[in-house]
Amino acid sequence: MGELSNMMLLKEEHLQVREMARRFADEVVAPRAKEIDEKEEFPADTVKQMGELGFMGMPYPEKYGGAGLDTLSYTLAVEEISRACASTGITLAAHVSLGCGPIYANGTEEQKLRFLVPMARGEAIGAFGLTEPNAGSDAAGTQTRAESVDGGWRVNGSKIYITNGSVAKYITFTARTDASKGVKGISAFILDTATPGFRVGKREKKMGHRGSDTVEVVFEDCLVPAENMIGEPSGGFQSFMRTLTGGRISIGAMALGIARGAHEHSLRYAKERKQFNQPIANFQAVQFMLADMATKIEAARLLVYHASMLKDAGLPFVKEAAMAKLFASETANWVTDKAIQVHGGIGYMRDLPVERMHRDAKLMEIGEGTSEIQRLVIAREILRGV
Amino acid sequence: MIQAVCIKQVADTETRVKVAADGKALDPAGVTWILNPYDEFALEQALRVREKLGAGEVVVASLGGAGVAATLRNALAMGADRALHLRADAPPPDSLAVARALAAELRPLSPDLVWCGRQAVDGDAAQVGPMLGELLEMPCVTAVAGFELEGRTAVVERDIEGGREVVEVQLPAVITTDKGLNEPRYASLKGIMAAKKKPIEERPAQLGEPSLEVISLALPPPRSPGRVVGQGVEGVQELIRVLRQEAKIL
Repeated sequence: MGELSNMMLLKEEHLQVREMARRFADEVVAPRAKEIDEKEEFPADTVKQMGELGFMGMPYPEKYGGAGLDTLSYTLAVEEISRACASTGITLAAHVSLGCGPIYANGTEEQKLRFLVPMARGEAIGAFGLTEPNAGSDAAGTQTRAESVDGGWRVNGSKIYITNGSVAKYITFTARTDASKGVKGISAFILDTATPGFRVGKREKKMGHRGSDTVEVVFEDCLVPAENMIGEPSGGFQSFMRTLTGGRISIGAMALGIARGAHEHSLRYAKERKQFNQPIANFQAVQFMLADMATKIEAARLLVYHASMLKDAGLPFVKEAAMAKLFASETANWVTDKAIQVHGGIGYMRDLPVERMHRDAKLMEIGEGTSEIQRLVIAREILRGV
Repeated sequence: MIQAVCIKQVADTETRVKVAADGKALDPAGVTWILNPYDEFALEQALRVREKLGAGEVVVASLGGAGVAATLRNALAMGADRALHLRADAPPPDSLAVARALAAELRPLSPDLVWCGRQAVDGDAAQVGPMLGELLEMPCVTAVAGFELEGRTAVVERDIEGGREVVEVQLPAVITTDKGLNEPRYASLKGIMAAKKKPIEERPAQLGEPSLEVISLALPPPRSPGRVVGQGVEGVQELIRVLRQEAKIL
């Protein structure tokens, strides 16, 4: 599809990153997508290669093991990889935005050198533990407890739906350190998954993103050293909320990628598939679907890129990130639905990737803040000061 | 060791090319530009030689308009040390002029190895490499699919009809590279950042007097559709008759 509108926003380095990520996605990621979805297989080989190429620490400075690129470059890479395979895209985004994010944003210099460097180099995979059985959209409902003991904290509890949970070396997570204080009694920690008492619980069987690792993680009397607390005691909730704000942009990028993948397959199929002695792309009913898909994708793209650029410029981006995530994820669901419609019967079959893309798209409206939470965030921002 | 790699920006082979209004060149509108795939093997091999020796410099050179800078920047991101951009409106179809301009810039570098792709996938002339050898007074081995360096001797392999030819060549030499020589790497993301700090020197291309002129350029005529000579068992007789009498291939 034409990409002239992007030329105004993207600098040469962005075009280079996009080209490199696109090529890697087409040649390495896409050929594995169908298989890892069917077998529910974590693409360890691809993730290793992504680490070697610098994807796993893209937006972090070189002194912390990263590639020193900006948010927009990271957005472009997540988009291209998700366009080929959403399972691989979410593995990358959960590691970079959520696993590494809190350490980079709120960690001490020592924590960055010790944890972020191996993570950004892709030598250690990261995960983020916030969600619990009773703490979803209401993250303040956290029940995992950390009790103060000699030299650190004793942690008990569990987290669910943790992306990368069974493959991670380090997990950043929240736990209640003061039962009397609501959200202000929640602190954030880094846990080495080799710590005694840590174990992987239930492995989820999911509708989509079946190649990504999603598990329950359990803490049973895990001793976390005092120096592994991120930020101030009781500052954990706020810092995790800020991480989610940044993470929303990468979910928007993933959703954009999924939508583009489905649209590209639809364009090709519509020109190849013949009915009534002509390609179905000749029929207006099909043309209108393709045109609406392209228009929504272009709008989503501008929202996601704009939110990325605001973050890069150090400007407020809470509202824009929520809008980008909301619109892009709803676009991904709409576009993948129409993609199956353009394909007709064969689109419903597992032989072609569009049915997988439709299953993958659904999560975009749920993970890292549901669409409803995004609307609340947007409403709060636009009503403030009116 | 100094290695020079000559690279060319070409239209992506999936681009549907159109002839420009003057009927003598391709219309650049809507074309996706890529690094000539054979040149990727050349660059990759030069980088491997430098990595194996643990020292040396890889200089990439390309001739063309402003857009060529992006291809050079990509070569720097893959790992080349510096780049030479020989400015011209567009690479002329005259291979000798291109070879002359490249030779004029490469000669002062005294390169130990000069690498080219075996041919560019646009003009498919496969001439710049051998011409460079002549102009730089270096031996040239073309279409190389295997390469080992032993001191100042390169042992190279070429795919030939029905077999493989092994050739020894003394450095300095010009090598043109074929598919199968290696698996070109991706530019790493750190490489892309590092490339921003690497120099691209720009100079006018010294093309000299052209010795070749394009009179006209035309797309090949569309292929005629196939012909159904019959169906089922009954068709076989007719098919054999047509193959014998009309196509004359039986």
